Amino acid sequence: MPAISLHLVAFYAFAAIAVVASLLVVGQRNPMHSVMLLIVSFGALSGLYVLLDAPFTAVTQIIVYAGAIMVLFLFVVMLLNAHTEDEMVPVALGPHGMKIAVVLSIALAGEAVWAFSRISTSVFSTDPGVTGPISSVARIGIGIFTTHAFAFEVTSILILVAMVGAVVIARREP
Amino acid sequence: MLSLNHFLVLSGILFSIGTAGVFLRRNLITILLSIEIMLNAVNLTFVAVGRYLGTVDGQIITFFVMTVAAAEAAVGLALVISLFRHRQTLSPDAFTTLRW
Amino acid sequence: MPAFINPTVIAHLVLIFAVMNMLVLSSAFMVWMERKVCAYIQDRVGPNRVGFEGLLQPFADVFKLLLKEELMPKAADKFLFVIAPIISVTAALTAFSVIPFGTQITLFGLLDPPLRLEVTDVNVGILVVFAITSMGVYGIVLAGWSSNSKYSLLGGLRSAAQMISYEISYGLALASVVMLAGSLSLREIVMNQSGYWWHLIPRWYVFLQPLGFLIFFTAGVAETNRAPFDFPEAEQELVAGYHTEYSSMSFGLFFLAEYVNMVTVSAVATSLYLGGWLGPFLPDWLGWIWFLIKTLALLFFYVWMRWTLPRYRYDQLMEFGWKYLLPVAIVNLVITAALVIWLG
Repeated sequence: MPAISLHLVAFYAFAAIAVVASLLVVGQRNPMHSVMLLIVSFGALSGLYVLLDAPFTAVTQIIVYAGAIMVLFLFVVMLLNAHTEDEMVPVALGPHGMKIAVVLSIALAGEAVWAFSRISTSVFSTDPGVTGPISSVARIGIGIFTTHAFAFEVTSILILVAMVGAVVIARREP
Repeated sequence: MLSLNHFLVLSGILFSIGTAGVFLRRNLITILLSIEIMLNAVNLTFVAVGRYLGTVDGQIITFFVMTVAAAEAAVGLALVISLFRHRQTLSPDAFTTLRW
Repeated sequence: MPAFINPTVIAHLVLIFAVMNMLVLSSAFMVWMERKVCAYIQDRVGPNRVGFEGLLQPFADVFKLLLKEELMPKAADKFLFVIAPIISVTAALTAFSVIPFGTQITLFGLLDPPLRLEVTDVNVGILVVFAITSMGVYGIVLAGWSSNSKYSLLGGLRSAAQMISYEISYGLALASVVMLAGSLSLREIVMNQSGYWWHLIPRWYVFLQPLGFLIFFTAGVAETNRAPFDFPEAEQELVAGYHTEYSSMSFGLFFLAEYVNMVTVSAVATSLYLGGWLGPFLPDWLGWIWFLIKTLALLFFYVWMRWTLPRYRYDQLMEFGWKYLLPVAIVNLVITAALVIWLG
């Protein structure tokens, strides 16, 4: 039997988990379960980043996305205690709305898959000269603080603005 | 062997799942969650192409995308809270009139 | 025999098994230590019937818990109710997997190449601990929500808010140490602390960063929901907080998760600030004994603080975390960065 590379098996496993979890996020009625499934999807994506020789991005994904943004979503879902909605698809689509929705979504996914699979067939290079410095956190740090320093500063102001804005918007009028 | 195609196809599938969620779900929080799925698909594309080209810039851009996604999620959820307080419902169909 | 079964793989599997067992046993040991130290602080003797000096008391407690009935509230969300303690315990045990507790051992020449004493070593090790600790918040939040009871929900929300608030100071103290060491891998951070100044004082980071150590330990105590920051599980105020509705082994799992989190925070603090497994008088390959001694000292501080200090009220707790600890952590980071650049 031909040697099946461990990377390929891991890729398909993580990809399957990510796709199934995302489908369930969109298809679930209960928003609490949707949030938990999205966390599972983020975990699978983090595994894919590790496969791509990006351990720093993988860990940052868990810390920022799964550990902070999702906690924010969870708090809002719990505090609002919103009931699941009545219709899952817009009423304007008629009584067969769900079937039309699924068909159109599959058409969109099919187009995306067809378009992307024609881009390139070359394999990732495994030359250590190319991959060696890739995962180095030091290189990422140097890149952020020299080439992309402006974006870094602007992002910090953006976070400050978002923080203040969120507090002001969600404030109860006294 | 793993190639760039694998990751791009996966990212295309995830992006279209997110898009379907944004258009078809009638619950504000699920719409925001679908936007997060789309952002993650884009992150995956960045890191995959960065790895393919042998640079670390893909990961740097991912870092900024994550930060912007956090800021957007915070403000979006604050808006959801404020809207819920007004109409006691999370369906976007309740906010179709231009009056507050 | 297939090619991948060789002494190195078997030794590694035995090591993983030993580490996970040691964590669970250390939780049992912590139960005993807590009750004994609590007793002596309160001028009494504590458990001394079961086994020598009460050492088998935790096992008696576990047997009692195992024999109790498992209850689930009728209106609880079944799946989340069951999975919440599992998430807590999984996060707690996994966080320890990147912490090295010794240099290489060769088991008297049987192992070649020598086996490093850790489950795994990733080059972003310290961030992995941070990431998995922040996943532990979900166990508590889901427990509070899925129990469908007002005490649990309040306790769960308060606990989660407290944990994510103190994570920031925790991360900033971490960042200061990473700046000093120049690496994110825990093994390299410990190796950078080897050597002595003037042949007398070891080069531990606690001497370079005393404020950072205090910030880290305070944030760690708040992260693990221990006194004086344990308002979310205060018996007098909230019945039992997020684990009110849990009984028998599910409750035992939350208990286990809390003690393993304490051990992890102490182990990380030891590696970052107290020099890990480095110490005088012992040969290199017995370094794990020093690691054990230092971690036990920090755990003793944990227990000592619980039974000595009064509890913070919740708003005082949040105010302390955001208005006092966070600015101090930022100042610490800035001063460390300035000194690193200035002194090279």
